[in-house]
Amino acid sequence: MSLYGTDLLALLPELIVVAAACLVIALDPITPASRRDLLAWLSLGALALCLGLTGGQISTLNVRVSAFSDLVVIDAYARFWKVLLYGVTGLTILMSLPYLKAERIHLGEYYGFILLALSGMMVMVSGADLLTIYLGTELMSLSLYVMTGLNRSKPRSLEAAAKYFVLGAFSSGILLYGISLLYGMAGSTKLASIASAIGTHGANDPLVLIATILVAVGFSFKLAAVPFHMWTPDVYQGAPTSVTAFMAVAAKAASFAAFMRVFVEGLGGLKADWSLLFLLIALVTLVLGNVVAIVQTNIKRMLAYSSIAHAGYALIGFVAAGRAGGPSGSTPGLASVMIYLALYSFMTLGAFAVIGMLRKGEREGEEIEDFTGLAKRQPLAAFLMLVFMVSLAGIPPTAGFIGKFYVFMAAVDAGLAWLAAIALLFAAVSAYYYMRVVMVMYMREPDSAAVAPRLVTSPTLSFVLACAVAGVILFGLFPNPLVSFALQSVLTLK
Amino acid sequence: MHSGGFPWLSLLLVLPLVGAAAMYVVTESAARWIALAATLADLCIALPLWWLFDPQASQMQFTEHIAWITAPPIYYSLGLDGISLPLVLMTVAIMPLCVLASWTAITTRVQGFMAMLLIMETAMVGVFVALDFVLFYIFWEAMLIPMYLLIGVWGGPNRLYAAIKFFLYTLAGSVLLLVAIFTLYFYGGHTFDILALSQGTYPASLQMWLFLAFFAAFAVKVPMFPFHTWLPDAHVEAPTAGSVILASILLKMGTYGFLRFSLPMLPDASRSFTPIMVALSIVAIIYGAYMALAQVDLKKLIAYSSVSHMGFVTLGIFVLNQQGIEGAVLQMVNHGITTGALFLCVGMIYERTHSRLIADNVGLASPMPQYATLLVIFALSSLGLPGTNSFVGEFLVLVGTFLWSKVATAFASLGIILAAAYILWMIQRVVFGVPLPHQLPKLKDLNRRELATLVPLALLVFWIGLFPNPLVSRMHQSVNSMIASMSRAKVAPTTQLSAGEAAPLLADGGQPLTTEGISR
Repeated sequence: MSLYGTDLLALLPELIVVAAACLVIALDPITPASRRDLLAWLSLGALALCLGLTGGQISTLNVRVSAFSDLVVIDAYARFWKVLLYGVTGLTILMSLPYLKAERIHLGEYYGFILLALSGMMVMVSGADLLTIYLGTELMSLSLYVMTGLNRSKPRSLEAAAKYFVLGAFSSGILLYGISLLYGMAGSTKLASIASAIGTHGANDPLVLIATILVAVGFSFKLAAVPFHMWTPDVYQGAPTSVTAFMAVAAKAASFAAFMRVFVEGLGGLKADWSLLFLLIALVTLVLGNVVAIVQTNIKRMLAYSSIAHAGYALIGFVAAGRAGGPSGSTPGLASVMIYLALYSFMTLGAFAVIGMLRKGEREGEEIEDFTGLAKRQPLAAFLMLVFMVSLAGIPPTAGFIGKFYVFMAAVDAGLAWLAAIALLFAAVSAYYYMRVVMVMYMREPDSAAVAPRLVTSPTLSFVLACAVAGVILFGLFPNPLVSFALQSVLTLK
Repeated sequence: MHSGGFPWLSLLLVLPLVGAAAMYVVTESAARWIALAATLADLCIALPLWWLFDPQASQMQFTEHIAWITAPPIYYSLGLDGISLPLVLMTVAIMPLCVLASWTAITTRVQGFMAMLLIMETAMVGVFVALDFVLFYIFWEAMLIPMYLLIGVWGGPNRLYAAIKFFLYTLAGSVLLLVAIFTLYFYGGHTFDILALSQGTYPASLQMWLFLAFFAAFAVKVPMFPFHTWLPDAHVEAPTAGSVILASILLKMGTYGFLRFSLPMLPDASRSFTPIMVALSIVAIIYGAYMALAQVDLKKLIAYSSVSHMGFVTLGIFVLNQQGIEGAVLQMVNHGITTGALFLCVGMIYERTHSRLIADNVGLASPMPQYATLLVIFALSSLGLPGTNSFVGEFLVLVGTFLWSKVATAFASLGIILAAAYILWMIQRVVFGVPLPHQLPKLKDLNRRELATLVPLALLVFWIGLFPNPLVSRMHQSVNSMIASMSRAKVAPTTQLSAGEAAPLLADGGQPLTTEGISR
């Protein structure tokens, strides 16, 4: 395989991110601790460059372009996710600056790892070959394992990293096993070849079904879908908050992106089988996620279960895409997942940003009780948290409602009105635990004896919060641009 | 594109929001004045609509129609007809009074409180004027958060429980509504336009499911009999303004939903469910009144009387004839005025004695003659004394019920007798009892602000009681056209009613009893 200039050009954003990551890691030892901020700004510069490049590709790459002999594709679908990932990564870096300093873990390599994880995610969303996608997944996961354990002075952080690593490696193994079975059937790991092999083999080959189930299980781990969610609460709670935010948003988005491409482009012939499988997974995911979240007292754990539940909602859109008939029947379902995850990013990032701000003495205030009376002491922060919680609960006129609107509409369109009804009932259940955060902030008097939590504010964090709240409110009121972006992007996925 | 010229309705919606936004930069005392100014300004915008409204036209007026979301097509679409006009006017009339009632009662975080009131106003007016189903749903749900905060932050001792109960009940009720809206979208020609959906026809079995989904949302909000348990808690714990908003306006959103959606869109299912709905309404009337009889807390008493009175509204709606529906709409307005006023009265006495118990507030006639007079006026209106507003509404509802079933009328009338019992007993103690010596020094009669709150409502009580015709005539065409559209349902009726019972459904049987007769 020879490298062509055009291939490299197509992958320019990925190359830039990798180069920036290497540069950051190389510069880290020779950068004095006081000037480590520069590494963050360097990373942000790389992201801005990539955003420009990917944005520029809109005019030249309106159709599907593949590179490296069909190992990766650069299409509108990948572009949608990449733009989202750049935004999320950029905001995470800005959020990390004050947070890492407050936690005394401001390490330069952190930004390198974020960029490496991002490059893995970019490969995931662009991969047209199971092995490419697998490599991207591993690059992302390995970076996240390290970032999870970054707070070496905190046993919880180390425990989380160990748990995440063991279970993550386990899920990768399952995924890889599924991939190898598919390779055995199709003689290739390219999604297109697998799709045509399924077309000729017939969908009833037991080997194909087993492979599909293994791949589904592997991805379900990454999506934190029940019953493969066990790692999520511990890891979300133990990881530094900025890393948790990054995992909850970016890793989830990238996993969904790759997952949908694999199942639609590669395993589209097995729609009937996997839509039933994911229907069941979606159902138990949203039930368990929402019910267990109720009893959590730690807000990061609560958001971990809530993120499980949100994966359940997003899966409903995907199930609807699998169930819908007609040539373009799956478009609304797939687009609804994209819209959902994009909107979910804003509110989750915002919520984690507020959590990251809250300090109780030397520690992070991460118990729900720590938010008691916040409305009196910090009315603006409490109001922002209120907006994010309301949005996560899916109450209009916030972005969270728009996300649910499209997912459930796709479900009803696909004849799954009953599923939408169940999901909405559990959305009402979820309102209970989101509103409890609002309750402690607004309706409880702070305990005067306890150490009053305070807020560590910084200009970068204010910027992140402003972006998050603007996204939640503006997309709640004017979702048109995002919706049409998603609807156009999904058309290249076939 | 404004087909109705000036965007009156948008202005109605935007003004309170501007006021709410201003709360972030003002002081506490300024917050009160700004809230009052914003609500009064809204009233000033809404009042001309009363005269500009063409009572002869049955279609929507003052319409606005702007594309909002392109895929699926959702419009920012507003309009008023004879059913929503009285409700909008009532809403904007009640809101300044709520601000006045909170003037000295709310002392903590005044800006936030006023902001919540104003956001509520936008959401509530929005519900009554939205002509796009999604837009309606957004306004419908958007009021949850401000109400949750109103109860939970500024409420009584048990406010946390009441706030979360209110929130979860009403949210759980309306989740099926969204699924029903989507289903209608796909069956009704891919549109969320309420008027277009009302024209559509739907399979009978689908109508049944949709009716149940609508019912869950609207019945919880009304609240109808088995779904009413959130209401006494919410009422008792809410601050006065919150109770007034709940009773006067929020409960009307449920009955408005039945009128605007269940009846025109699902006429066959509505007919089939009529016996059940009538039965539930009568149970609510009697049960609510009976529970009111047993209360020792004034606020709880009025809360249960609310359940009873709202039973009359749902009864009037589901007897499905002109008299019943017009009576129901009228009764929605009347209940808003009367019950709102009673809650204001309770709030005023609570500010003085810090107790809502009847036993702590007896014999107010001699120390507080003005207060006692007004309280008696509203109490008599509540029991439906002729000459007051409620009489007209309840009379129309009972006439409509009579055309549907004489037995049902007899049972519903029982509610009036019980109402007379609990109201008169309450008046006897609160107004004419022997005053408690330790309470006497605290009892000062109404000040000018409080008079300004109650007197307008008393005037409305008599105005509607003596001259209901202007109000009824404005809803006449809209109710007519709704009944006409119901009677030309294209799906074979699945109702089990006999021909004799079905006849009044078409509103032909009620010709002699015109509303003009009542106004004289």
